[in-house]
Amino acid sequence: MARFVRAIFSDCADTMKYALIADIHSNIEALDAVLAHAAAQGATRRVFLGDLIGYGPDPVAVVERVRACVAAGDHAVLGNHDAALRADEAESMNSEARAAMVWTRAQLDAAQTEFVSSLPLMLREDGMTWVHASAAAPAQWPYIRDGLQAQASMAAAATPWVFSGHVHEPALFYAGRDERITPFYPSEGIAIPVAAHRQWLAVVGACGQPRDQLVGARYALFDRAQCQLRFFRLPYDFHSTARKIRAAGLPERFALHVEGRV
Amino acid sequence: MQATTLEAGSELDGFRILRRLHAGGMAVIYEVEREDLPGPAVMKVPRLEQGESGATVVSFEVEQMMLAAAGGGPVPALYAQGDLAREPYLVMERIEGETLSARMDQLPWSLDEVCRVGAIVADAVQALYERDIIHLDIKPSNIILSLDGRAVLIDLGLAHHAHLPDLLAEEFRRPLGSAPYISPEQIFGVRNDARSDIFALGAMLYQLATGHLPFGAPNSLSGLQKRFRMQPVPPRGWNPDLHPGVQEIILRCLEVDPARRYANAAQLAQALRDPDSVPLSARSYRRQRDSAWQRFKRWLFGVGFDPAAVPPAPIAGSDPIVLVLVSAWQSDEALQQALRQQAARTARARPRTRMAFVTVVKPAPVMGVADDAQSAPRRHLRLLVELRHWAANVDIEAARKTCHVIEGADVGRAVLEYIRANPVETVLLAAGPNEAFAGRATAAVARIALQAPCTVQVVRVPPGS
Repeated sequence: MARFVRAIFSDCADTMKYALIADIHSNIEALDAVLAHAAAQGATRRVFLGDLIGYGPDPVAVVERVRACVAAGDHAVLGNHDAALRADEAESMNSEARAAMVWTRAQLDAAQTEFVSSLPLMLREDGMTWVHASAAAPAQWPYIRDGLQAQASMAAAATPWVFSGHVHEPALFYAGRDERITPFYPSEGIAIPVAAHRQWLAVVGACGQPRDQLVGARYALFDRAQCQLRFFRLPYDFHSTARKIRAAGLPERFALHVEGRV
Repeated sequence: MQATTLEAGSELDGFRILRRLHAGGMAVIYEVEREDLPGPAVMKVPRLEQGESGATVVSFEVEQMMLAAAGGGPVPALYAQGDLAREPYLVMERIEGETLSARMDQLPWSLDEVCRVGAIVADAVQALYERDIIHLDIKPSNIILSLDGRAVLIDLGLAHHAHLPDLLAEEFRRPLGSAPYISPEQIFGVRNDARSDIFALGAMLYQLATGHLPFGAPNSLSGLQKRFRMQPVPPRGWNPDLHPGVQEIILRCLEVDPARRYANAAQLAQALRDPDSVPLSARSYRRQRDSAWQRFKRWLFGVGFDPAAVPPAPIAGSDPIVLVLVSAWQSDEALQQALRQQAARTARARPRTRMAFVTVVKPAPVMGVADDAQSAPRRHLRLLVELRHWAANVDIEAARKTCHVIEGADVGRAVLEYIRANPVETVLLAAGPNEAFAGRATAAVARIALQAPCTVQVVRVPPGS
């Protein structure tokens, strides 16, 4: 039976599976766990939804990993921390984030800095929009926490699917009749049908810096052919990440976040 | 040609139409074949042509989601589906057998038959629960008794899945279900309590055992609501020889409070397979309704009835939201304190609600602001910090609180927009008769109270404080 259903769907020309990865924040352990899991799930493309750096201890390793993926055909968009690498965006950050940014700048060489700061704010492909914060104001970095904010981004994107990060907890917003937007809090690993006749906005959850006291690396996997979306939270060695954050002299709070203690 | 009027011999997406099996108000069913189908199949085509209500479209989408998620078992296996935007249809396994309603021309059934069929239907409902699905429209016409001795549940257009977005919950505020069988909590719009199906099973068992519907077939909301306070005539009132254990089973299924019903369909199936083992009570033998005094007491209970439901799994997205409007315009500390206390009381009384603290800020001017401290993000952040501080003094767990600074020139309108976009159940706001209101604030309170599609509580400072 399952083979039969697969046979129906494999008729579709498009068999792409997208791994959507946001808010890595220089956490190489989390990123590698996600990349390995996505590969095992058959992901054909990786899309990095911004904030490769900031907070964490391994900006060089993360940027190199992402640069290699992009060179091989994957996609990446700019996050507010990425933009702060060069511009004055860091001025609007809190003192701890700014301290981490100053530290990060000193780690990256010119080519790495150039790669990160020249990422595009937003990309579109095959019915999907990828943006770090909101398609309504990609460079203003608004947070999408409720239906109204999601509605603005979905209206500006004008594609059936919008994928973003910035908010670190995962959520799925969907349009009902009358354009009303309803939030849904996804269960991990469940395949959610997200058909193209409705509009959907997925906040995929943070890969490298959880804020909800739940350890693990989050990402989402979108099966374009079957129009199915799954959210994951993966185990990884966050103890090493936390140890490296402390060893680098970065603010303690960022270590506590990856340990799920605050 | 419309897909609801296909003739035998015609084709749709390679499916050959053999014959039309059924033409109902919501959908048409054909028997179809195609070489690659694993067995006999039917095609269900929704009636969308005559400007049908949105409910048909969304129900069809829900059924497609549920059949795909269930993957056979107690429901027909889904073989193929048409593109919803182009030509919506579902092709599914054809179940050989007849619906339970087709076998109801000679009621009441014998005790053995009621228990045997009731148990296999309960088995199917339980199998559906184990796939994280609640049916929410259990009735004889939605049950096929298959030739291989199983019960198969069809028409999942109102079903709810524990881990998938509930497309119906946000769309329709009127009760969704079938009048004779719908549970009291569904009438309130609760869609995530698995025990709603137990109630429907109870109504069906009542019908099989007595030949009567426990609550009739009301066609108005007030008629539906009678089941909150009106006890049905005990089944032995119609069928004096009915096994008292079966009466006990049926009355337990029909309890108004879901917590007093069987916790799941497996318990019900077990009781039906051995009615002699059911612990009996006074009501097991009763042949008449309670006295007027007893009914009055039940009515009193019904007044305070609270359909707070325990879902099959915790579903954060479906927890009702209580919106607490924290107003920047208010300086009266006693009033603010009263609002915090009411918020805490509400949270304690409704352990599954989340509480959203909202304050409305006027949109920032489009032009840049010279003073950095007055820039829109800064101001937004400052308000959020103040709001969090305000909310921190409300005595509920942090996990259940969220804080939102929303933009809007008109407070009332901004709050109403928020309510429409989010499943807000109750709004709490403070407004005192003695407070020197600006006209703007008065207008906002009035507008919210009049136009919000949910309960609005206006909090006052308690007298004497």
